[in-house]
Amino acid sequence: MSSTEGYTGDFPPGGGPDGGEAEASRAPHRVIGTPPPAEQRTLLGTSESDAPPAPPRELPADPDDLAGASRAEKIVAALFILAMLAGFGFIAAYIGLPLGASLDSVLRSNLALGISMGVAFMAMGVGAVIWVRRLMPDVELTEARKPLASPPEDREAFAETFREGAETSQFVKRPILRRSLIAATVPLLLAPLVLLRDLGPLPGTKLRHTVWRKGLRLVISDTGRPIRPADFGSPGGMITVIPEGYQTNDNALVKATAIIIKFEPGELKYPTNLKWTVDNIVAYSKICTHVGCPVALYEQTTHHILCPCHQSTFDATKGATVLFGPANRPLPQLPMGVDSEGYLVALSDFKVPVGPSFWERG
Amino acid sequence: MTSTNEAPAGAAGEGPVEKVLAGTGTFLDDRLHAAKSTRTLLKKVFPDHWTFLLGEIALYSFIILLLTGTFLTLFFKPSMTSLVYHGTYSRLDGVRMSEAYASTLNISFDVRGGLLMRQIHHWAADLFMAAIMAHMIRIFFTGAYRKPRELNWLIGITLFTLGMLEGLFGYSLPDDLLSGAGLRILEGVILGIPIVGTYISFFLFGGQFPGMDIIPRLYIIHVLLIPGLLLALITAHLFLMFHQKHTQMPGKGRTDKNVVGQPLYPYFMAKTGAFFFFVFGVLALLSALAQINPVWLYGPYNPVAMSAGSQPDFYMGMLEGALRIFPNWSWNLWGHTFAWNVLIPALVPLGLLFTGAALWPFLERWITGDQREHHVNDRPRNAATRTAIGIAVITWYGIMWLEGANDVIADHFQISLYTTTEIARYAVVIGPVIAYILTKRICLGLQRKDAATLLHGYETGIIQMRPNGEYVELHAPVPEEERAVLEARTTAPLPLEAGSDDDSGVPDPALRGPVGKLRLALNRVVTESVPLPVGNGHGTNGHGNGHGGNGHGSSVAGEPERAAVTSGEDGKTLLGRDSPEDPGEH
Repeated sequence: MSSTEGYTGDFPPGGGPDGGEAEASRAPHRVIGTPPPAEQRTLLGTSESDAPPAPPRELPADPDDLAGASRAEKIVAALFILAMLAGFGFIAAYIGLPLGASLDSVLRSNLALGISMGVAFMAMGVGAVIWVRRLMPDVELTEARKPLASPPEDREAFAETFREGAETSQFVKRPILRRSLIAATVPLLLAPLVLLRDLGPLPGTKLRHTVWRKGLRLVISDTGRPIRPADFGSPGGMITVIPEGYQTNDNALVKATAIIIKFEPGELKYPTNLKWTVDNIVAYSKICTHVGCPVALYEQTTHHILCPCHQSTFDATKGATVLFGPANRPLPQLPMGVDSEGYLVALSDFKVPVGPSFWERG
Repeated sequence: MTSTNEAPAGAAGEGPVEKVLAGTGTFLDDRLHAAKSTRTLLKKVFPDHWTFLLGEIALYSFIILLLTGTFLTLFFKPSMTSLVYHGTYSRLDGVRMSEAYASTLNISFDVRGGLLMRQIHHWAADLFMAAIMAHMIRIFFTGAYRKPRELNWLIGITLFTLGMLEGLFGYSLPDDLLSGAGLRILEGVILGIPIVGTYISFFLFGGQFPGMDIIPRLYIIHVLLIPGLLLALITAHLFLMFHQKHTQMPGKGRTDKNVVGQPLYPYFMAKTGAFFFFVFGVLALLSALAQINPVWLYGPYNPVAMSAGSQPDFYMGMLEGALRIFPNWSWNLWGHTFAWNVLIPALVPLGLLFTGAALWPFLERWITGDQREHHVNDRPRNAATRTAIGIAVITWYGIMWLEGANDVIADHFQISLYTTTEIARYAVVIGPVIAYILTKRICLGLQRKDAATLLHGYETGIIQMRPNGEYVELHAPVPEEERAVLEARTTAPLPLEAGSDDDSGVPDPALRGPVGKLRLALNRVVTESVPLPVGNGHGTNGHGNGHGGNGHGSSVAGEPERAAVTSGEDGKTLLGRDSPEDPGEH
């Protein structure tokens, strides 16, 4: 960015060598720092009579390329008019494109509103940039930068005031006053923390248990249907099951959700607890032992259960032991049997806590 | 204000400008006594460089977030009360969901412009965080955090942290499947904290996850508490920037004692106004054309379901990657679980990043012993070690960030999922080391090239035969403007020996102990650089030791050197620092 020629620099009176020598060569660079004289009075332009002559201007009034500026003015005006039209377009789209029952009508309205809004803002932005770059004269000013540290005398004066205040307040001299004040603030700082106590109940042993209990049926999570071992035609995919009667209880499902998988005879191996399986069907907790995502993916050919969040992988044939990933513990196996009507039921709650590790888990 | 003199409008009382001055201007000044201070404000000079826009993008994204967010609060219901949906979006008809999710559907499908505002809000949040990161990277590599700007650097890091939290909480509010899963992961991470983890979790969620309280609680934190803090800190950030004046890039006539640029009024005002429109315009067009967070496709939160390929917003990706990458270490001791596999990735990488970033300016100042004020930015190559550290950290962050999307990468590039994680486990350790070494070599190479250019000028490609038959290639001298940039090593770190705390030149006795030896060793690493050619380099190098009172001036004081530099009519030179009559000082 180059400096513009053709106007007089305004240097503060008594500005030293900068003001004299450098003026000719660096006229456009005006050192701002000391205000020009008498600027107060002329500012509002009201008291003409007693005002000294106004200082010479610091910014040029017009750009060098006047013809170019006039062309640019037309372009800028066109852009601003485009912004205006787009703005009206936005209002028109709001009124004219009602939201119907279909997703299409919503997306159409979003497109029309967004594009008209975007075009309006972009036209304003482009117009303003052309305005600055083509219509305003290009200037470069230099402003002096003072060191941030205060002069020593200011610091000393401050220190004196501070000392005086400290002394006058008696705060330093009288230890009983000081210490009792500090003692008074301690409970006042603790009080807000105490207030937060009722944000929630204490954990107790809630994380150790789920709603599974002896005789509670496993039902398919989508349909709520109980399951008979005979319903499985052949070994296959993974089915998500939940305890019967808890379909709408998120707090219960977060821990109790389980998966069942049917295997070929002989596929299930140690450390799977075969006593808890029924007809080669095994049930595991669906809650990942890493940070608690539902382990939603199952690969039939390898019998791998995969958590989609952080890819902990569990071997479904071997008691859901960890094969890969950040999880440390196997998915707990749900003790499972059949009830008198032949439906799959839990024999008890999980024998170990499900889900992520926690301090008291042990 | 000066138009009484020259402007065609003529005398007072004519023209709109005069009317405003006489009317509103007089009215306000009669009551506020603001003429002088406002004039100083209007004339304030702002340096220009494209990277200075990065912070502005963040600022304007924040303003847009406030505007669109306010609109969204008019319709959003932060409630976890369960209901069965029978609204406009027929595909979810009859589905059980929370009131929060239902009202999000309502905003998207029943409020005109609601979907647009939601999408702008989300895009703006991503842009806000991206701009903060880019801004922070720029500040780091140019050394703009150095004295006197350390406080603003700390405020910036706090803003970054708060921005991450704000984004995470906002992302959780619609209570769709992905945001619910995000909260579930948050719960799992909190549970991993030793001793207090379960208590924090129960207090945050009002009992067991998910409970009925978390969304109303996150809501008030998201719309009041954190925005209030952000607003206050952004105000402080801008005030400090204003008060300390912006840094400038090295160039002709730019020193640590001046600011070169264009005045606030009318130039910077118009430019920054235009930039606000650009940011808003780009966000509006993005939101019109590029769908973001289509919560109606994910469905309401359902504790039994989860889909693959689910990534958080990009600024949480590093945390997600760290969780995926870390080995499954866990201890069971004294009846308690130490879940390192959760604890370390969740707390250590971000903790290191933010703590390291916060301490770095002070650590660097201690290592270099550099007590000077710096207002001219470093060129990244001129601080080879700092730049190398920065690139190493970006590499480290980037590998974890990529690993946060390793399932997508594995899918698109047909790599085994586990291979991506295995590679990332090694890369996250080796990558930063390689990045450090390479970057440092490249920076020093660039310094060498600059020194050679300064010494010999540019190769012109013209071969000339001397009268004695010798062939030489003609070198063109470096133009003044470029020379100023190449010589801008004013801010290069001083060797510690020379920069000891007194003027005797004798090394500080404190440097003899083990800590002092460590400091000296670090100093040698940090100050490693290629010297500029004698006669040019030293002139600018010595310039600027204003506040340390260090003994480095001896190499500068020589009059011939100064003459050599000033003879080029280089406005920069030593003028600002050495001339006692600097008007700014008085």
